[in-house]
Amino acid sequence: MALTPVRTINNLIKNTTPSLYHVAARANSWWSGVEMGPPDAILGVTEAFKRDTNPKKMNLGVGAYRDDSGKPFVLPSVRKAEELILSQKLDKEYLPISGNAEFCKKAIGLALGDDHPALTDGLNVTVQGISGTGALRIGSTFLSKFFPGPKTVWLPAPTWGNHVPIFKHVNMDVQQYRYYDPNTCGFNFTGALEDIRKIPENSLIMLHACAHNPTGVDPKDEHWDELSKVIKERKLLPFFDMAYQGFASGDVAKDAYAVRKFLADGHKICLSQSFSKNMGLYGERAGAFSIICNDKDEAARVLSQVKILIRPLYSNPPLHGSRIVATILNTPELHSIWLNDVKGMADRIIAMRSKLKANLEKEGSVRNWTHITEQIGMFCFTGMTPQQVEKLTKEHSVYLTKDGRISVAGIASTNVDYLAHAMHQVTK
Amino acid sequence: MASSRFCEVQQAPPIEVFAVSKAFTDSTNEKKVNLSVGAYRTDEGKPWVLPVVRKVEQELAADNTLNHEYLPILGLEAFSTAAAKMLLGATHPAITGGRVTAVQTLSGTGGLRVAAEFLGRVLKYNTAYHSAPTWGNHNLIFKQAGFTNIAPYRYWDGGKRGLNFDGMIEDLSNAPENSVIILHACAHNPTGVDPTQEQWKKIADVIEKRKLFPLFDSAYQGFASGDLDNDAWAVRYFAERGFEMMGTQSFSKNFGLYNERIGNLMVVVKDTACIVPMKSQLTLLVRGSYSNPPCHGARIVSRVLNDPALFEEWKGCIRTMSGRIIEMRKGLRERLEKLGTPGTWDHITAQIGMFSFTGLTAAQAKHIADKYHIFLLSSGRINMCGITTGNIDHVAEAINDAVCNITN
Repeated sequence: MALTPVRTINNLIKNTTPSLYHVAARANSWWSGVEMGPPDAILGVTEAFKRDTNPKKMNLGVGAYRDDSGKPFVLPSVRKAEELILSQKLDKEYLPISGNAEFCKKAIGLALGDDHPALTDGLNVTVQGISGTGALRIGSTFLSKFFPGPKTVWLPAPTWGNHVPIFKHVNMDVQQYRYYDPNTCGFNFTGALEDIRKIPENSLIMLHACAHNPTGVDPKDEHWDELSKVIKERKLLPFFDMAYQGFASGDVAKDAYAVRKFLADGHKICLSQSFSKNMGLYGERAGAFSIICNDKDEAARVLSQVKILIRPLYSNPPLHGSRIVATILNTPELHSIWLNDVKGMADRIIAMRSKLKANLEKEGSVRNWTHITEQIGMFCFTGMTPQQVEKLTKEHSVYLTKDGRISVAGIASTNVDYLAHAMHQVTK
Repeated sequence: MASSRFCEVQQAPPIEVFAVSKAFTDSTNEKKVNLSVGAYRTDEGKPWVLPVVRKVEQELAADNTLNHEYLPILGLEAFSTAAAKMLLGATHPAITGGRVTAVQTLSGTGGLRVAAEFLGRVLKYNTAYHSAPTWGNHNLIFKQAGFTNIAPYRYWDGGKRGLNFDGMIEDLSNAPENSVIILHACAHNPTGVDPTQEQWKKIADVIEKRKLFPLFDSAYQGFASGDLDNDAWAVRYFAERGFEMMGTQSFSKNFGLYNERIGNLMVVVKDTACIVPMKSQLTLLVRGSYSNPPCHGARIVSRVLNDPALFEEWKGCIRTMSGRIIEMRKGLRERLEKLGTPGTWDHITAQIGMFSFTGLTAAQAKHIADKYHIFLLSSGRINMCGITTGNIDHVAEAINDAVCNITN
C-alpha cells in the first residue's frame, strides 16, 4: 500500500489534470490529499465478468466454491446446524475476547487431532479470529510485538496477495523463498530448500498447510519431512496458514499432514485456520489463531497478551459462524454429514481437474497439462502467459487473473468442454 | 538462544471490566448483582434478545435464497446506508447532498479502529484527545493505530458530579490543529453525563476555531432517551454546521446484537469527489485486517431499518429498554434519599444511558463487592441495567453502607 505525501499528490494532479487540482484546492477539505488506492485485481476480474454479455462467459477469478450448476453452495450440515441453533433460542451476549471457547477447542482439535498431547497438556493458545485473514492479523500483530527474532516474515513465492499487507500493516518486512517452479508448474523443492537454508536463524517462515494459494502446488509428504528438518536446523518459527483443511484432498487428516508432522518433529508452530471454504461459511468470518507454547504458564502469559491486542481491533469476535462450526464439530451426526459435504466439494473439484486435462488432450493439445491434476485445491496455476490470458478473456469471455490462475470451483460439467476448447485455442 | 522464543512474554494486566464480571460469575452468593459489564438486562436480570430480532432471524433462516457468500470488503451497502440515515436523519442536507459515505465495521470498536487507522496512516494525524474519563478502549485503539500523542480533555467534575464544561473548553482550546477529538454522541460512557445543546454549540465553536477533527462515538442511539432523533442531536448539529467528521455506530446495545459485531463508520465530507479515493483507502485497511465483515448481524439490522413495520417494532423495543433504565434510576435515587445517604444523588437521574458514575470510590466499590457481592468498577461506574425491582433495595442498602462507613 503506497501512500504518497500530500505535496507530491498535489503537484502530480496540478501537472497532469488541472481540473482535479482545482477541485482539490477549492475544497479545502481534510481529504483532498487522499490518493486513490490501487484497484483490487480480483474484484476487477469479477466486475468485467459481470459486464460481459456473452452467454458462455465463465468466471474463474474468485475463490469461492460453486456447485455443478455454478451456484453458491450452502452445506447441508451447515443448514442443519443452523436449524438446531435457532431452536435453542440462545442469547446474543458478548463472547469473551478470545471468542467462542467450544469453537476454539474443536477448531484446534480438527487441525491437530482432538487428543493431541499439546492440547491435552494445555500448551496451545487458541483464539477465534475474523476468519483466516483475522487470524493471520492477530498473529502478525502478536509477532510484531513479541517475536524476539528479526521482524521479517518469509513468504513462499508466490503467495496469497493479502499476506503482504497483513504483515506490512504491523510494520514487519516481507521476504520470499522460492516455491513455484514455472518450468514444471510444480514445486521447486531444490530452490525452496536452498533459499530456506539461507534464511537467518530464528526467523519467521510462513507455510501454506495444503492447497497452496494461488498455485495449487503442494509439497509431497516426503518434501514436508525434509522441509521440517531444514526449518528446524535454521531454528525458524513456522507459521502455518491452513485455509483448506478437508477441502483439498477430501480427507481432513491428510490435509493436516504438514501441520501434524511439524508438531511431531518438535516445532512450536503458529497456525491460522479458516472455515470459509471447508464449511462454506465465507461471510460469517469463522477462523482461529493458535500458538503452541512450551508450557501452560507460557500459554497463559501469551494468551493474556494476545487478548490485549484483540481488544483494540474489534473487542470480541462475531458469534454466528463460530456457533455453526462448534455445533457441527461437536455433534457426531452433523460431523459425519460435514465430512461427507466437504469430501463432495473436494471430489467435484478433482473431477473437474480430470475432465479439463482429458478434454485438453482430446482437443489435440500437445502441451503438458499434468499439473492440472497434480495440483490440488481450489486453484490451478495453468502456466498460461498474461498474453494468453488476455486472449482467453477477450475472445472467449473466460475471466481469470493475469497470472494464469483459475479457480477450479468455477468450472462445471456443462462448461468444462468450452473451457478446454478455449484454452487450447490460445495456447496451441 | 533461550529454550522458548516466548519466555520473555510478561503476563498482561487483566482488563478490569472482564475481571470484575468474572468475579461476579465465580461468586456463589445468592444475592449477587453484576453492575459491571455494559449489557442490557431485563427486570429478571436476564439478557434480552429483542423480539423483532428473533422474528427476523426466523425469516432469514427460512429464506432459501440466502447464502453465506462473502460480503464486499466494505460490507452490506443496504445496511450502511440505512444506518447512516438513522444517525443523521434521512433528510439531512449532508445526506441529500451526497456528502455522506458509510462502511460496515466490526461493531463500534471496529469502526473506531478503522477510523483511527485511516486518520493516522492515510491523513498522517498523530494526536487524539479523549474525555477524562472515557471508555477504556479508546486509548488503546488509537495507540495501536499508531497515534503518538493521546491526551485527555477534562470532562467529569467529581465535585459537582456533572460536566466540567469550562475545563473541557479550555483543554480543547489548547489542542493543536488536526487533533482528533473523540466525542460521545450521547449517554457518555462511563459517566452518563452529556453536554446540553447549548454546551454542544460552544464545543462546536472551539473545534471549528482550532481546526480540530470531530470523531463521534455513537454506541447508544435510541438507548439513551428512548428517542432516536433526540439521541442524535449533537451529531446532526455538527454535520449541519458544515463540519467534515466521522461517526462510528454500534448496534450492540440498541439492537441487543452484542456478539454479532455489527457497526458502521460514517464519514461526512465537503467534496463528493473525495469519496471514491477515500473508500479505496478504507478498502486497503480492512483487507489487511479482516478482509470483509460478518454478514449475519448486518442482515438483521438492514432488514429492520429498511422495513417500516419492523422499524416501528424495533423503536418499541428501544423504548422498553430505555424506559426500564430510567425507572431504575428514579428508584435508586429515591431510595438513597430516603435512607439519608450522605451527599446528593440527583446525578443518578440527571445522567443518562446505561451507566452512572455514582461517585463511589475504589475502596467503597471494593467494600460493596466483598460484603454484598455487588460488583461494579473501581471508578464507581455502575451499569443501571444490572438493577432490577428484585435487587434495587439491596443495591441501595449497599451503597448507603459504603458511603456511610468507608471513607478514603
